[in-house]
Amino acid sequence: MKIHEYQAKELFARADIAVPRGRLATTRAEAMQAVTDLGGYPVVIKAQIHAGGRGKGGGVRLAHNHAEAEAACRDILGMQLVTPQTGAAGKRVEKILVEEGLTISRELYLAMLPDRDTATIMIMASTQGGMDIEEVAAHSPEKIMRVAVNPLLGLQPYQVRRLVYGLGFTGAAAASFSSQIYKLYALMVARDCSLLEINPLVVTSADQVVALDAKLDVDGNSLYRHADIALMRDETEEDPLEVEASRHNLNYINLDGTIGNMVNGAGLAMATMDIIKQAGAEPANFLDVGGGASADMVEQGFRLILSDERVMGILINIFGGILRCDVLAEGVVQAARAVDIKVPVVIRMEGTNVEQGRAILADSGLNLITATDLADAAAKVAAIAG
Amino acid sequence: MAIFVDGTTRLLVQGITGREGLFHTRECRAYGTRVVAGVTPGKGGRQVDGVPVFDTVLEAVRTTGANTSLIFVPPAFAADAVMEAADSGISLVVCITEGIPVLDMLRVKNFLALKECRLIGPNCPGIISAGVAKVGIMPAAIHRAGGPIGVVSRSGTLTYEVVDQLSRHGLGQTTCLGIGGDPVVGTSFVDALAAFAADDQTRGLVLVGEIGGSAEEEAARFIAAEVDKPVVGFVAGLTAPPGRRMGHAGAIISGSTGTAAAKIAAMEAAGIHVCKDLGTLGRFCATVFKDIL
Repeated sequence: MKIHEYQAKELFARADIAVPRGRLATTRAEAMQAVTDLGGYPVVIKAQIHAGGRGKGGGVRLAHNHAEAEAACRDILGMQLVTPQTGAAGKRVEKILVEEGLTISRELYLAMLPDRDTATIMIMASTQGGMDIEEVAAHSPEKIMRVAVNPLLGLQPYQVRRLVYGLGFTGAAAASFSSQIYKLYALMVARDCSLLEINPLVVTSADQVVALDAKLDVDGNSLYRHADIALMRDETEEDPLEVEASRHNLNYINLDGTIGNMVNGAGLAMATMDIIKQAGAEPANFLDVGGGASADMVEQGFRLILSDERVMGILINIFGGILRCDVLAEGVVQAARAVDIKVPVVIRMEGTNVEQGRAILADSGLNLITATDLADAAAKVAAIAG
Repeated sequence: MAIFVDGTTRLLVQGITGREGLFHTRECRAYGTRVVAGVTPGKGGRQVDGVPVFDTVLEAVRTTGANTSLIFVPPAFAADAVMEAADSGISLVVCITEGIPVLDMLRVKNFLALKECRLIGPNCPGIISAGVAKVGIMPAAIHRAGGPIGVVSRSGTLTYEVVDQLSRHGLGQTTCLGIGGDPVVGTSFVDALAAFAADDQTRGLVLVGEIGGSAEEEAARFIAAEVDKPVVGFVAGLTAPPGRRMGHAGAIISGSTGTAAAKIAAMEAAGIHVCKDLGTLGRFCATVFKDIL
């Protein structure tokens, strides 16, 4: 789960990690009050949306005086901020973070994330702070240091020294960095972060290490033990259909195509999307109803797919195992009667109780297209896509 | 022969008294798997269908000689359950549970490195040696005993689809296992492939991958170097958008890594017969494997 920069910095501050003093504002008046509270100029005004690359899209501005601050607020609040991560439509900015301006002597990059291949917590650091780290990784990978921390042992002093000397820290800045990195690692572990990224991590003119930016993604599976972070979810940042799906425990992702699909199991759902593409159409969504889907979940799945107006047809692909085909068929019939389905529906079922399931569909009187196998289903989807 | 589970498997079920645990315990027994014990803390001393239930895995192992554990406990307790099994002399743990926090699995994985214990999963359908023993939740009826094909996959229902097509084309299986859809899993593709490579009865392999991570690339390198049996590969997620988790926690394209196209390219470079159309996979396999039947 993604959270906003201001929320990540709240978590940092509570863990005694240095961040610039700042205030959240949703109106220009609040922002100007924040400037007063912070003790005057310069200030930095930062759009709060989940996507990265905000600076490139004009969502981060430095203001040296009242007029510049007013102008920045006017420009940023309410803007459709387009960044490399938002897509062409951009995201509307409803909140800004007003922060004190710092005098900066160095900018660095720091990230921590679980590494699936080595089963460690990987710390990545670079002196190329403030830059697009994917570009640094692509063009000069030697400029990124990697330190792999065994989660059973935790961050060791020698690993911290490797970072300190590798990043060229000396004197008071080295001491400040060492102190911060232990706290960041502790936060990362205590809060089940799937990504902790600071770009840039800065050294101030007073040799203090400060997190100028903060990006924190928290493992959604861990939210049962982080009730305070669960409350930080901002549904306005998510696709409305996906928010609706999550309320019904459905795994749904909205895509750009015209053929809706409903499948049990994530792997088979991905493969079914691929089949739609190979049939000459584009999938409108990913939807995994899971192994224990009920008739109600199937109905909610139908509603979700149909609420996307681009959908021209639907492919249902179920491999009955634990979810029996007769239960699925009953769910489809219930859904088809409850929801007004105006587009053609192709159903392919296989597995447990498939004969009963097919009989239920055939006896329903509904206009459903049954496919005998996946190849047949693909051909029938191709016919719909025309 | 088969890999990891066979006639010597003595199964213990952690979470045997739960709804799911009980249902699948019965299914495994019906397939012929010897279920010798169950564990549910606080319910020791009871019996479930005549199977004794214990409070701890250690007690169950000492009393019944269980050597394999199947785990159905909820995600908040599953990592602990895996470590308990590994620390009680169990040599194979199969964890079905979906939704275990990644950091829990990082700790488990490092803990298991210190133990003589293999973990399959989590977030997996389990493992079945066709006609011999089933330790998982897959529908038994789609499997065809007698070999010669071994199947290893990262998913559940997609594996069933593949196995069903194999069986319909007369291609029986030795062992089929799902290694799990999470980013951090116990047994890797390479581990499973190495075991299949050493298994005489397995003469052909099907490798079912999906987007995310680099397990398929590692598998391809291993196959090129170490496996002289024909391998059919499939990768799901050609149409998956980058940066989105496609149901499985591990199925995500990050930046330019983990794409289906890259995995297919790695497989083809390793001499794997890549099937790109799931609808015709059974026929494709029948052609590739015709010489080993």
